[in-house]
Amino acid sequence: MPLVRLSQLFIYSTLIFLLFSYSDLIANTIKVCPDCGIASVRQAVAIALPGDTVLVKDATYAEHDILIDKPVTIIGENHPTIDAQGQGYIFKVYADSVTIRGLKLKNVEVSYISDFAAIYTSKVRHFIFENNILEDIFFGFLIEKSHNGILKNNIIRGNAVKEHSSGNGIHLWHSSKIQILDNRIEKMRDGIYLEFVKHSEIKGNISLNNLRYGLHFMFSNDDRYEDNIFEKNGAGVAVMFSKQIFMRHNTFRLNWGTASYGLLLKEINDANIVNNTFEQNTIGINADGSNRITYEKNTFHNNGWAVRFLGACYGNKLLQNNFLNNALDISYVGRMNGNIFDKNFWSDYTGYDLNKDNIGDVPYRPVKLFSYIVNQTPETIILLRSLFVDIINFSEKVSPIFTPDNLQDLNPAMVPIINYD
Amino acid sequence: MINLTNLHKSYSKVHVLQGIDLFFDQNGIIAILGPNGSGKTTLIKSILGMVIPQKGDILLNESSILNEYKYRKDISYLPQIAHFPQNLKVEELIKMIKNIRQQKSNEIELIRLFNLSPYLDKKLGTLSGGTRQKVNIVLTFMFDSPLIILDEPTTGLDPVALISLKKILDEEKAKGKMILITTHIMNLVDEIADQVIFLLDGNIYFNGTVSQLKKQTNHSNLEHAIAEILKETYV
Amino acid sequence: MFKILNYSFFDLMRSRWSYVYFLFYLGLGFILFFLNNDITKAVITLLNIIIVLTPLIGTVFGVMYYYSSREFTELLLSQPIKRSTIFIGQYVGLSLSLALSLVLGLGIPFVLYGVFQSAAIWDFATLLLIGAYLTFIFVGLAYNIALSFNDKIKGFGFAILLWLFLAVIYDGLFLLAMVFFHDYPLDKFALSVTMFNPIDLSRILILLKLDISALLGYTGAVFQKFFGTALGSVLSLLVLTVWIIVPTYFMVLQARKKDF
Repeated sequence: MPLVRLSQLFIYSTLIFLLFSYSDLIANTIKVCPDCGIASVRQAVAIALPGDTVLVKDATYAEHDILIDKPVTIIGENHPTIDAQGQGYIFKVYADSVTIRGLKLKNVEVSYISDFAAIYTSKVRHFIFENNILEDIFFGFLIEKSHNGILKNNIIRGNAVKEHSSGNGIHLWHSSKIQILDNRIEKMRDGIYLEFVKHSEIKGNISLNNLRYGLHFMFSNDDRYEDNIFEKNGAGVAVMFSKQIFMRHNTFRLNWGTASYGLLLKEINDANIVNNTFEQNTIGINADGSNRITYEKNTFHNNGWAVRFLGACYGNKLLQNNFLNNALDISYVGRMNGNIFDKNFWSDYTGYDLNKDNIGDVPYRPVKLFSYIVNQTPETIILLRSLFVDIINFSEKVSPIFTPDNLQDLNPAMVPIINYD
Repeated sequence: MINLTNLHKSYSKVHVLQGIDLFFDQNGIIAILGPNGSGKTTLIKSILGMVIPQKGDILLNESSILNEYKYRKDISYLPQIAHFPQNLKVEELIKMIKNIRQQKSNEIELIRLFNLSPYLDKKLGTLSGGTRQKVNIVLTFMFDSPLIILDEPTTGLDPVALISLKKILDEEKAKGKMILITTHIMNLVDEIADQVIFLLDGNIYFNGTVSQLKKQTNHSNLEHAIAEILKETYV
Repeated sequence: MFKILNYSFFDLMRSRWSYVYFLFYLGLGFILFFLNNDITKAVITLLNIIIVLTPLIGTVFGVMYYYSSREFTELLLSQPIKRSTIFIGQYVGLSLSLALSLVLGLGIPFVLYGVFQSAAIWDFATLLLIGAYLTFIFVGLAYNIALSFNDKIKGFGFAILLWLFLAVIYDGLFLLAMVFFHDYPLDKFALSVTMFNPIDLSRILILLKLDISALLGYTGAVFQKFFGTALGSVLSLLVLTVWIIVPTYFMVLQARKKDF
């Protein structure tokens, strides 16, 4: 059929024309604004070809459940708002190589059945979501079975009041090689939630005032998080049932409450906790059944407890940490189980250093009798720093009865450890 | 005018005043005598409001003094033992009492009389017992009160000071004041007292003039007269 | 009353013991701030000293002052002044001079150290306020004891016993009771027992300032509600004020009935 051949020729020549006349080969830019023909993002995405860019002009668009099934880049100019008006998702991404940048996404549906999110992905790779502002959402980013993505510079602001009616800021499930960088997450259920996530990096984020955890790992191995700030979360950061997690240079602050921690470790093995700062938490680190963890050069100051060990904890090392003015430095249940305290600085240390090698000549016992009593009867905390408690602590220090005899730092530092990094 | 009616006071088990009734209305020097523990000081302190009686009433110029304090501006009191704050200077103490009472005073004359000027800037803690008693006397007599109460005023005084004290007492008496005095020095009583009250075991044993007392006991010497009373009661 | 207060105050300010007390705090302040750069640690050390020492000094000075000025008190009693005026005047004069020694003694090194530029100013101010409160409370209690015992040795003994009881024994019994009954809800019990001991109450007030309320939050909702809000501080201060008013009231009552 010559006609068909002719039309094919026309298409090919058009393509070749496009190829030579535009510097960007495939990327067609489709503009969206209320009065420029294409007035909705959905429409723009529908007509876009793979590799096209959708440029959203500054306005408010009432849209929800925008399906993205081809690799497109969606860019907002001056943070245009996409308002789901309390219905469903905003973006559902089912294609690889999707970029969403510079949008303001709000009013995602709150549901008890479905996990509606501002941006939802499933089984995709190479996505980039950056510089977006998410407000009044249920879930922020819900990433399922996706890999090699970047979530960067987003601001996620929820208004979570109750745990069951709120979602997580960034929620990853069965994913790997995801980078979560420089985001700010406030007032969600969990700031960042990872379940079955591997080889991912969480860096430079600020997670605060979240109802439950600032960051929450479940069954996630070989991940690292560093340079993050976790502040005033319901219960700080939780790392549970995970292996080989590297935690460096994070700040855990002001996590107060009955079950509140800077960092909760539950069933964690082979982790490194290095150069972190824990300040003014009810409990700095709560380690429950966690083995072979190295705590090194962390600074704990003005916490209720610096570190609490519960359950069976084997083969942990606490090296060169600073314990400054915590109400109680260490709380410990049971036997030593091969845990080592060495070369830490303890502000409560009252020993001397005659040979001037900056190592105290008398071992330090970090567990006080009072911390045992408080473990048994929490209300006794009301007697903290009373003369009577000082007296019984002193007598226990002189002749240990309740605390393990070998629970001591043999080489307590005389001056605080400085973190070089 | 002082009127005590049925005054009772006991300390734990000791019944010190056992229903004292007394009425003074004439001016002059009234000596309160009695052996140790007879209730002299308790009686005086009751009038001053320092001891609170369990029973009875004390009227001063026809109004009860119980639970009152303002009436004390009309009383000058010389306590038995003069202990003063150690860190205070003599002149400061005088100034302070003046400041408290806010009444006209003539301490300058008295200081001259007892030769106290060299001690004015000394701390009270450094003074001898006699000098302190002199300060005590100055504090008592520097105000012009109608009622003067003296508890063992002669303690620690040298003869010169004693003469000065008697002179003051004479002068005050001449001004028409009522002066209550307790003492063990019978010569003094013999010399100056217009009326004698003899207390024994919390009761008034005798109330009258010195000559009446002498007459009653058939002794011309007051000391012996007193001794006679004691002998009678205790035999 | 002001005359007696004035007099007692200046009499004491000139006494050797006031200087010793003042110099002690001055020395302590300088040592703490110039040998130790950690201001939080300094405040904690001061806390320990203040909650133990100010009550002890208040007690000892209170009893001593009462007995040593007894004769002078008698002199005042024979003057046209109300009894309550005399005793309240002496009490306030003594407490004020002790409190002033404390505030100046610790305040001078702190000001030189630059506390006005420091964030710890409120912690420090609370500390001094508590120290002053404890001084007033324990001088008041000591005066009550002294008024009820004419025997100096007995009075002194009872006063020291009272201090020992409130500073140490009370907390020991308190702790035992809590450990013994740890199966029961204890938070309200613990709070009310604290109210009955001014030393415990003061300690808690300062702990609140030191951000250890984080720790107190551990024990549950009642504590957290009490300590986490201004309610705790306000109520504690109120109860401390009651701890001044009640002994003063009993002091006046005792003074009115006592024979001198």
